[in-house]
Amino acid sequence: MDIHRHTFDAVIVGAGGAGLRAAIETAGKCRTAVISKLYPTRSHTGAAQGGMCAALANVEEDSWEWHAFDTVKGGDYLVDQPAAEIMCREAVDAVIELEHFGLPFNRTPEGRIDQRRFGGHTRNHGEAPVKRACYAADRTGHMILQTLYQQCVARGVVFFDEFQVLDVAFVDGAPRAGVAGVVAHELATGDLHVFECTAALFATGGFGRIFKVSSNAHTLTGDGPGLLWRRGVPLEDMEFFQFHPTGINKLGILLSEAARGEGGILRNVDGERFMERYAPTVKDLAPRDMVSRAMLTEIRQGRGAGPDKDFLYLDLTHLPPSQIDEKLPDIAEFVRTYQGIEPKTDLIPIQPTAHYAMGGIPTNVSAEVVLDADDTVAPGLYAAGECACVSVHGANRLGTNSLLDIVVFGRRGGAAMAQFVQGRQPPGLAAGFEGAVKSTIDALLSGQGTERVATIRGELQEQMTLHASVFRTDESLRSVAATIDGLKERYRSVAVTDQSRHFNYELSEALELGYLLDVAQALVAAALARTESRGGHFRDDHPLRDDANWMRHSLAHRRPDGSIRLDYKPVVGGPYLPMERKY
Amino acid sequence: MDVDLRIKRFDPEKDDKPHWEEYRVTVDEGDRVLDALHQVRWFQDGSLAFRRSCAHGVCGSDAMVINGANRLACVLLVRDVGARITVEPLRGLPVLKDLVVDMDAFFAQYRAVQPWLHNDTDAGATERLQSPEQRARFDDTTKCILCAACTTSCPIYWANDTYVGPAAIVNAHRFIFDSRDTAGDQRMEILDAQSGVWKCRTAFNCTDACPRGIKVTEAIQDVKRAIIR
Repeated sequence: MDIHRHTFDAVIVGAGGAGLRAAIETAGKCRTAVISKLYPTRSHTGAAQGGMCAALANVEEDSWEWHAFDTVKGGDYLVDQPAAEIMCREAVDAVIELEHFGLPFNRTPEGRIDQRRFGGHTRNHGEAPVKRACYAADRTGHMILQTLYQQCVARGVVFFDEFQVLDVAFVDGAPRAGVAGVVAHELATGDLHVFECTAALFATGGFGRIFKVSSNAHTLTGDGPGLLWRRGVPLEDMEFFQFHPTGINKLGILLSEAARGEGGILRNVDGERFMERYAPTVKDLAPRDMVSRAMLTEIRQGRGAGPDKDFLYLDLTHLPPSQIDEKLPDIAEFVRTYQGIEPKTDLIPIQPTAHYAMGGIPTNVSAEVVLDADDTVAPGLYAAGECACVSVHGANRLGTNSLLDIVVFGRRGGAAMAQFVQGRQPPGLAAGFEGAVKSTIDALLSGQGTERVATIRGELQEQMTLHASVFRTDESLRSVAATIDGLKERYRSVAVTDQSRHFNYELSEALELGYLLDVAQALVAAALARTESRGGHFRDDHPLRDDANWMRHSLAHRRPDGSIRLDYKPVVGGPYLPMERKY
Repeated sequence: MDVDLRIKRFDPEKDDKPHWEEYRVTVDEGDRVLDALHQVRWFQDGSLAFRRSCAHGVCGSDAMVINGANRLACVLLVRDVGARITVEPLRGLPVLKDLVVDMDAFFAQYRAVQPWLHNDTDAGATERLQSPEQRARFDDTTKCILCAACTTSCPIYWANDTYVGPAAIVNAHRFIFDSRDTAGDQRMEILDAQSGVWKCRTAFNCTDACPRGIKVTEAIQDVKRAIIR
């Protein structure tokens, strides 16, 4: 294994929407490297479908303040309100900027950016659904990813494609002393690359692969949060994970909420539009946490479909066929391909699918990573997008706000980073810092292991889905915590049978499994401690929201012995006082 | 059901030339070919190299030759190919290991057509207007996921790797026919060169290969006609 050394002012880890948007901001201002374990255009931003909300008011009256209210309420009041205000205010410019970058939004007859309805987005504080989501058919994320990549190509951004970052270096090993670099594994050769830098931004996306049925790509394994956690950075609000209501049954492939925004209806086995009972005003367009819970409640009460009564239906059959062709072409094709049915005439079997991590690497509104309840900044360390927790999504993210988050906070992180590196030199890495990664890889390749990666991962996913998904109890969480402890022990003797260095995907998957286990452990610990129900975290044994005790963010710290210490910081309030969440 | 996978393997560090290996895996009819490949890597032979990520046809990682045709392994279901499945790497790009090909030339050809919106006029604080009809003009070519299935299905490209190939032309088309773009002439000049559109002999392989259903050959013809005008 050869070791290569590079020096940059700024390093961006991950090349999805957040990483690319950050790179556009630093391009031309400082020497920047974008390091990604995939080719940038393979990033999972490209799988986002429905839209990106911004109160353009192109179609209906709207204001960014209504958007901010919806975001706070949708997040079950765990949202830091100043951050949500920033996101919703800057959303308008962010969409216009993307349009100027070339993004082919759908258009109104007047030639303006068209907008449509989306779950939880309302006019005037909950009166009725509002058309706020700007979109490009049902491939908005694809167009955002392509457009941002195109702009990076135009600016000559330096990419290291298929390099997996595995470690981060801090000055004196202390995050609060500042970033010194990252270590990456080059997939093509098996070589290690040490990137010395003054600032680093993590934009590695989510970790939905801790669950069995997920909309997430195979590669969404929590590498960024996991490796930072191991080096002393806490993880915030990990207990809040979103299950999207309309995943293709058994496969988990996402069918956009835009399907309901365009008029699609959820039905149980009796054909009943059951959401009328759970959210009488906005019905099928209630926030995702509520819809997923309603669905599983229907199933629990015996109104699921199929031989095992374990799925429900998405009904698009009443929509004009041309509307499906024009507004929802990709998801219609997914249904045809993977389910062998015709969405224009057949009901679509669906089930909730693990979709989005509200929690992650704690940051402030400049995307600077913060380390404790006092918001102490880790100098030069940034995070943006799904791997980060600002917190703009609180306990439950509204549909479309993830695409908004990556663009707004990717830009902010890039700008802050470009400014931070001015006049500073990379502090330098301790000699031999890459030794830790090297010995991990050498051990995995030594051929001594006995445990299969896929077996351990399969058990993790199965148990997380059974015990830590939409409904949780003290008992279920304790059970899965014990499972994870056992799997972590077994992971110590995991086997990589392929001894070769180049394009060793078995090795990559083994390394990714380590991160999956870590983030799952943090999620379960935080979920066990939170004895209330809020947003995406629902405890059967504590079914009510408890504002007196739990208007606070969790911070999971990893102790040197691998155990977890939980700590909390208050939610940053604003104009909206917590109230009962009805839709 | 049991499926027999016949996979063309090549590890340049060990092998002088590619060879075939066979694996029997048990999958559901509704499983993807990708799932079958995972069965091999996860439970039989960890050294099998192939790229994949999203697993539902939007990221473009897993284009390969399946039973003779360029397909995405995650979009093709086992029930649609049957119990004997032959898998090879894409043709026309250097094989790095097993099903992993070197994409550098492909992305260089993409970059050659300047694939970003050119427009230096000040648009102010609002969007540039574009009618639904103008937007529809280039809708088809916005779907491209850069998987390389089209380019590596083209017999001209196999014989002549200086040809920019269908994918680069698709991405040029996406801007040439975008009413907001001002560099159409520049791009057409690039594509009028020897390595450009005139190499295309309308074999339609690219259209057949595109997993996104883009009418690739038609897009190339559009560009040819625009150059002549």
